[in-house]
Parts: sequence; C-alpha cells; structure tokens
Amino acid sequence: MTCKELRLTRALIIFALAITLFSLFSCPPVAAQENPYFVTYDHNLEEPGNLEVEYFSTFGTQRAGNDFHAFWMEFEYGVNAWWTTEVYLDGQSTFHDSTIFTGVKWENRFRPLKHEHFINPVIYVEFEHKSDGDKTLKEGEGHDVEEDFLAPNSELRKGINNEVELKLILSSNFKGWNFSQNTLAAKNLTNEPWEFGYALAASRPLALKASATRCRFCRQNFIVGAEMYGGLGDRYSFGLKDTSHYLAAVGGWNLPNGWTLRLSPGFGLNDNGHKFLLRWGVSREISGFDQMIRRMFGGKS
Amino acid sequence: MKPSSVRFFLGAVGLTVLAAAANTCSNTYGAGSAEAQWFRSDVYAELAKVPEKDRNRVNPLENDPQGVAAGQILFQDHCSECHGDDAKGARKGPSLRASEVQRATPGTLFWVLTNGVVRRKMPSWSKLPEPQRWQLVRYLKSLGTN
Repeated sequence: MTCKELRLTRALIIFALAITLFSLFSCPPVAAQENPYFVTYDHNLEEPGNLEVEYFSTFGTQRAGNDFHAFWMEFEYGVNAWWTTEVYLDGQSTFHDSTIFTGVKWENRFRPLKHEHFINPVIYVEFEHKSDGDKTLKEGEGHDVEEDFLAPNSELRKGINNEVELKLILSSNFKGWNFSQNTLAAKNLTNEPWEFGYALAASRPLALKASATRCRFCRQNFIVGAEMYGGLGDRYSFGLKDTSHYLAAVGGWNLPNGWTLRLSPGFGLNDNGHKFLLRWGVSREISGFDQMIRRMFGGKS
Repeated sequence: MKPSSVRFFLGAVGLTVLAAAANTCSNTYGAGSAEAQWFRSDVYAELAKVPEKDRNRVNPLENDPQGVAAGQILFQDHCSECHGDDAKGARKGPSLRASEVQRATPGTLFWVLTNGVVRRKMPSWSKLPEPQRWQLVRYLKSLGTN
C-alpha cells in the first residue's frame, strides 16, 4: 500500500468513526424492531429522519487457502417513509496475509406502493466501487465461487470493479412471520455480462404480544429465522451450474435501548461455496438525525 | 483504495446529506405555526379514507388486562419521537388526543398503523406483529381528548 493510499484509507475510517461517535452521542436512541437477516432485505424501510449505524462481520473458512474475516459498516438513513438511503464501508482480514479496505457502496431502496399489501415490493438500486478482495459475501451473485478468494490480498486488491446492482424485494408479513424474497441483477460497468442471484428468508419473533413491563429478555425481543441465498449464473449461462448457495440460521435480539445484536451461522450447500460462514452484527437506531443535520446548517431544531 | 473511491464516497455522502437537509426543510411543522392547520386537516383526513371493512374490525385484545400497559411501552418506543411523549403532537406528528383520532374506531387506527401515511412521512408499522399493533390501539383509545 502506498503512502497516498494509506492516507486516504485512514481518512475514510476516521470519517466513519466521526459520524458514528457524533451520532451516538448527540441523538437519542430509539427501540429498534429489526429483522435478523444479513443478506435478505424485507420491505420495511428506515423510519424518516432516523439513522441506523450498523457493524457486521463475517468469518469464513477457505479450502486450500487462509480463512478470513470480512467486515462492513452501514449508515442507513430514512429520507422518507418511501425512501431509505445507505452508505457502506467494507474491509477484510485474511489470516496469515493482510487487512485491506475493499470498497464503498451506496444503496437506495424505494417503496413504490402507498399501502400495505399481501406482497409488498421494494425497488433496490446500488452502486458499488469495490476491489476483487471484497469477501463480505453480502449476496450470492453470478458464478461467484470459493476459489475466487484464493489469491493473496496483494493480487485481489488490484482488481477494481464499478458495479450497479438492482434488486426486486418482495416481502410479506403474515401471522407474525416475515417472508422475503429478493431477486438480484448486477452489472459490472466494464464489459461484463449481467449476473443474477436470489435470496429467500423467513423469520418470526418468539412472542407476538408485547410485555406490559419493559424488559430486555422478553420473548418478543428475540427474532429467529433462516435465510438461503446464492447465484443464478449470468446472461450467457443462466441457472444453477457453477454457482454457490448457502443456508443460514439467523437470530436477532432487539434491546429496548436502541441496540440490536444479530448472529448467523451459515453453511455452503455445495462444493462451490465456503463450507462455513459465521456472521455477527451490532446496530443502533438513532432518532432525530435529520434534526441534527438541520441544526448543523443553522436551522431550528 | 484509489482516489476515485474517495471521490465516489464523498459524493455519496454529500448527496445523502443534501437529501437529508431537503427532507428536514420540506416537511417539519412547529406546533402553532401557520402550517400546523394544514398539517392538522390533511393528516386527520386520512382517517376518513380507511376502507369500510377495515374500519369495522374489532380489537381482539379489547379485554386484555395488560393491553394498555403494553401499548404504552410500545408507544414510548416507537411513536413518541414524532407524536410527543404525551401524544399531544410534536414537530413531526399530529396530536393523537385530537377528537378526530379518539372518535375513530379501533379498526381505523389499526389500519393507519399498518399502512402508515407514507406520503406524509408516517411510516407503515407492519413490522410490528398484529397483536402489538392492537395493543397500541388500546393505548391510544385510552388516552382520551385531555
């Protein structure tokens, strides 16, 4: 890594930390009610004016190579009741190799329908600027397989990709359950074909009624479920051939003080995928971020 | 990490901040301001748009002895930020003690909670399980117009 790159990476990390600390200490938290998914999206958007700061990790095993720990931070902001925007910062450590910053993503989710329906669509648009070293496995896409991660970080970080990713999110809440299905189409903006992927998930709180007393360990604070995701090939070879697929149990704990903890052990369903992925995450929902921005620009709070 | 990454990132953050600023400037109303009257009539009008079938739904937790207490905690956690701690209205949300709200049927309030008033920044609360939304309705109906 050159001095200039090191300075830029450091500046980004300091910037992210500054936003996080400023938000955490200047805005009050609100109780979150988050689904425990790591890959799949449901139709619930961020509440308007709220900021959710999230940190996630993925530990993955690697056959014929070094295991890795990939991590990312998300800053999710509810612009409107129908629009949520999000910025990601990604990185990874490969054991016995190095730690590298792997890219940034900017994601937007739009809810096109005014009312709640049995199936609720959300349109997802994302721009990614990432290196080949990205190991977050935030989605299954195209012909991505375990072997892609075998090269050392010094090689992987040289391949830079600008990618647009579109998703159709379909989600339904029924008798306390949430069922979500995402269909993904991604296009590397260099001369690469469209790639496809999918994600399916279901989850349910352990209790549907809220307790009459405030509590951390009440059953309604715990949400459990499962998700499955993988690639569907590309424009020229659509299908399941040479694709990887994963199945994961997911669990979330929504604390009354605004924190949410998530855990998800996952397993590769075929030889193309990593055998084992362990994901964990922590997030905090912060209310009144819009008012904080307003005050910064001299407006009344 | 190349300089173009930083440019992209800063651009994304800049756009997000601009959107946030536009968002806060476009739709916040101080209590008692001239806009508050528009806020009031427009938002409460949503209650009249609830379909007949939903309006007539009965609260299955009407006789639940813990419904109001549980609803109060849910209100503090999810609603008071916009509607105020005492539900009398705040910068972002109207009073829920208004006669329009208190006269509305439980089914009407449940429908508005479930669907939100998305164009007016009231989010859908369908992510709360149905029984919790009915508990919230119990609490709202217990407030009265004081």
